[in-house]
Amino acid sequence: MTDQIADAAYLGAIILFILALGGLSNQETARRGNFYGMLGMAIALIAAVAGIKGNYAVLVGTLSLGGVVGFVLARRVQMTQMPELVAILHSLVGLAAALVGYATYLDPDGQHYQGAEKTIHDIEIYLGILIGAVTFSGSVIAFGKLSGKIGGKPLMLPARHWLNLGLLIVTIVVGISFVEQSAEGGGLSPLVIMTVIALIFGVHMVMAIGGADMPVVVSMLNSYSGWAAAATGFMLKNDLLIVVGALVGSSGAILSYIMCRAMNRKFLSVIAGGFGSSGGAAAKSSEGEQGEAVAITSEETAELMREAKEVMIIPGYGMAVAQAQHTVNEMTKVLRAKGVNVRFGIHPVAGRMPGHMNVLLAEAKVPYDIVFEMDEINEDFPDVDVSVVIGANDIVNPSALDEPDSPIAGMPVLECWRGRHTIVLKRSMATGYAGVENPLFFKENTQMLFGDAQESLDGVLKALGS
Amino acid sequence: MQIGIPNEIYDGECRVATTPDVAQHLQKLGFTVAIEQGAGEAASFPDQTYRDAGVQIIEKAEDLWSSSDIIFKVRAPEDGEVSLLAPGKILVSFIWPAQNEKLMDALAATGATVLAMDSVPRISRAQKLDALSSMANIAGYRAVVEAAQHFGRFFTGQITAAGKVPPAKVLVIGAGVAGLAAIGAARSMGAIVRAFDTRPEVKEQVESMDADFLMLDFEDEEDGSGEGGYAKVMSEAFIEAEMALFREQAQEVDIIITTALIPGKPAPKLILADMVELMREGSVIVDLATEQGGNCELSEAGKVVVKHGVSLVGYTDLPSRLAAQSSQLYGTNLRHMLTDLSPEKDGTVNVNMEDEVIRGATVIKEGEVTWPPPAPKLSAAPTKEKKVEEQPQPAPVVPAAKRSVLGFLVPLLLAGGALAGVGAFAPSSFMEHFTVFVLACFVGYMVIWNVSPALHTPLMSVTNAISSIIIIGALMQISKEEPAIVWLAAVAILITAINIVGGFAVTHRMLEMFRKD
Repeated sequence: MTDQIADAAYLGAIILFILALGGLSNQETARRGNFYGMLGMAIALIAAVAGIKGNYAVLVGTLSLGGVVGFVLARRVQMTQMPELVAILHSLVGLAAALVGYATYLDPDGQHYQGAEKTIHDIEIYLGILIGAVTFSGSVIAFGKLSGKIGGKPLMLPARHWLNLGLLIVTIVVGISFVEQSAEGGGLSPLVIMTVIALIFGVHMVMAIGGADMPVVVSMLNSYSGWAAAATGFMLKNDLLIVVGALVGSSGAILSYIMCRAMNRKFLSVIAGGFGSSGGAAAKSSEGEQGEAVAITSEETAELMREAKEVMIIPGYGMAVAQAQHTVNEMTKVLRAKGVNVRFGIHPVAGRMPGHMNVLLAEAKVPYDIVFEMDEINEDFPDVDVSVVIGANDIVNPSALDEPDSPIAGMPVLECWRGRHTIVLKRSMATGYAGVENPLFFKENTQMLFGDAQESLDGVLKALGS
Repeated sequence: MQIGIPNEIYDGECRVATTPDVAQHLQKLGFTVAIEQGAGEAASFPDQTYRDAGVQIIEKAEDLWSSSDIIFKVRAPEDGEVSLLAPGKILVSFIWPAQNEKLMDALAATGATVLAMDSVPRISRAQKLDALSSMANIAGYRAVVEAAQHFGRFFTGQITAAGKVPPAKVLVIGAGVAGLAAIGAARSMGAIVRAFDTRPEVKEQVESMDADFLMLDFEDEEDGSGEGGYAKVMSEAFIEAEMALFREQAQEVDIIITTALIPGKPAPKLILADMVELMREGSVIVDLATEQGGNCELSEAGKVVVKHGVSLVGYTDLPSRLAAQSSQLYGTNLRHMLTDLSPEKDGTVNVNMEDEVIRGATVIKEGEVTWPPPAPKLSAAPTKEKKVEEQPQPAPVVPAAKRSVLGFLVPLLLAGGALAGVGAFAPSSFMEHFTVFVLACFVGYMVIWNVSPALHTPLMSVTNAISSIIIIGALMQISKEEPAIVWLAAVAILITAINIVGGFAVTHRMLEMFRKD
């Protein structure tokens, strides 16, 4: 196969990938989009494999082994574990980018570059490995945090900002010496030093970020994996990699931006980490007497819902933890059969990754046309008879709007307190991850249904059926 | 400690201070409960139901009073009962200290502690023990039932084979708890309901119950809200305008339910004799204020009279006419009061005068009159707060200041400079790839903004699979000579293959789950 045909195949793959992402604009076209993606990948693979001149055994062996592992992973994963899976898959992209970077560096064919071309080539290799290594170690830590293998609390090293800055400067200095040494045919040791620094940096960065900032971290790592692919593309002078890398990179960047906006936080301050460690206490003491939270039973909850016309369900991470989405769906079905208009309100940062709640609800077979985004339904709360908050806290906190001093001030929240009744399912009166008291719990029209979300909802479901 | 519930001796009183259901809760707080024989009979709670709930039945009232440490009652105690009190005992019931000075003196003389359920302060925290609201709610509901009883027609409009029936028109005056309950009951029976109140802030509540709020044509903005969310006395000009409105309404409506009360004052006369005359034959007026003198000139306390063809219902015991319901709610109010009094749940009582709610309710502490209490710190619905609620402060986000031309130009110049720099030094082969890269970033930006937020998780998994296109790089190196490169490439192919298949498969699995109804 000539190079021109391969390039044409790559162009076809690029178009198919863009169509794949475009297809995700709504649920009807999403499946076709995914199919386009697979087709594009297949075309690109065939074109690349056609250009290979040996070592077929290794190729077939690794490809099929990897394929089987990936397929089994995808089959087995629980929907609540999606954030972990996505994080670990990101780490693989990062690792692959670093490995390909090393292979390119070792490749004697690269030595024919001269002058500025050589310098640029070296910088590309350096950056490719750097981004790949940061993505790899950062994603592994994110995976550890999301799966609970590492505590969710932010790790706060003293002078961590200086540490980061120091690492950055060292990376640049080492980079310059790498380019110099590489020009004379050496440079492996600065490359290895940089890789170690990049790995440490990735670990430190994600360790410093708290559990509920995970949506930002996951989408940021998504973005990094894209930039890693783009850097590899520059390194190999391959437009397909550059385009795909740019697409994925900007996709992750936009998701990070959306998540940050949903929390009214600056991207930099999320990355700097350590949210919720200060400020919360001050806001609490200024509150004074909070009043009293009124508890409610499952039976009373069922009674309220049965008499309601409009019910809004607001799920949070607590629903994922309790695996309560199936019970929620059963409850929704019963209520809808009784003519109650049940809808779901999803906050952009509910859960541990963008769109997490939507996937969980879809898994439980909740029809997606009754699942709404915050901006779509926030105006409707005055007409809602009963809002049910399942394991969410900060995303329904009125102090985000009322108290300029609150650490979460300005964050858009679901204004469920404007409805007739709000029922909050919670294990205890503990604060959310932001460490802010939630005045919602003490509002007159709020009742608390304490206990495990799954058990409480089972009770409600039973009472609804009787 | 033992809680005793005596028989209500007031004539015609059917309520009882504790139901078997409530008694069980009281025992959970560590108290023993005793009841006078037959006390719950009139509210349809026979002795056996109490016995089943673990309540002791005591035959004689005297024995009950002497053996109990806490007495729960509904009506204020009568002379014979006051003498049964002793120092150290606690009485909880309705007292009305403002109207019953003599009773207060007599109670203070016994040396007992008295908590008045009618003096519970109107603050949010005390809502669960607000017996006045519970009783008013019942009275409002019952008022509609009484009106229906004396009204010779349907409430709801119907079109039948035998002809059309127009819906009844109901006017509710005073939209407090009782008024709102009456509106709800009348609405659910199908009547057209209008409501009037001097406090403009209740308009929203009235409209939320699906009734029309009657506005007064009155120039001066006069707000009838007094302290604690109750109404106050209005100016003469206001009352004149009000009368004109009622006169006009009297000719239109079939039923008038009046619930207007001003704390500590006789009830305002709102429906005058001439208005009753104007009403159609067969109309009904239910006056919930007859005990305080009545809102209607012609109504008589405790009786139903017919004047000018209009039935005037003046019962003062509407809650007692729904005895089982009122006993249940009143008992629950008492239980909440006891929960506050016994924070340890150990069966002992602590009359904590630091607690705002207990302070307000305690009218006599160990023989000493402690009524009236100091003004409450918080009022139920202070108007100022209300206004703040209605016009929520805009979120304290600093609005993005309009960028000056300079602020717009600087990034543009920087980007331009950077591009020029790259162009000056980079070789042409790099520039080609760089162009593709920048354009692809823009395409990505456009495409991704269109992705539905609900599909963000599939988006991440599919971009994950796609970014494994790095496999191309590994494939280009797999057939090199050097074993090190081959090994690196082999591992890279292995892990990207995991990623490609895993990413696409899991995306497919997720997308399959999204389904429409």
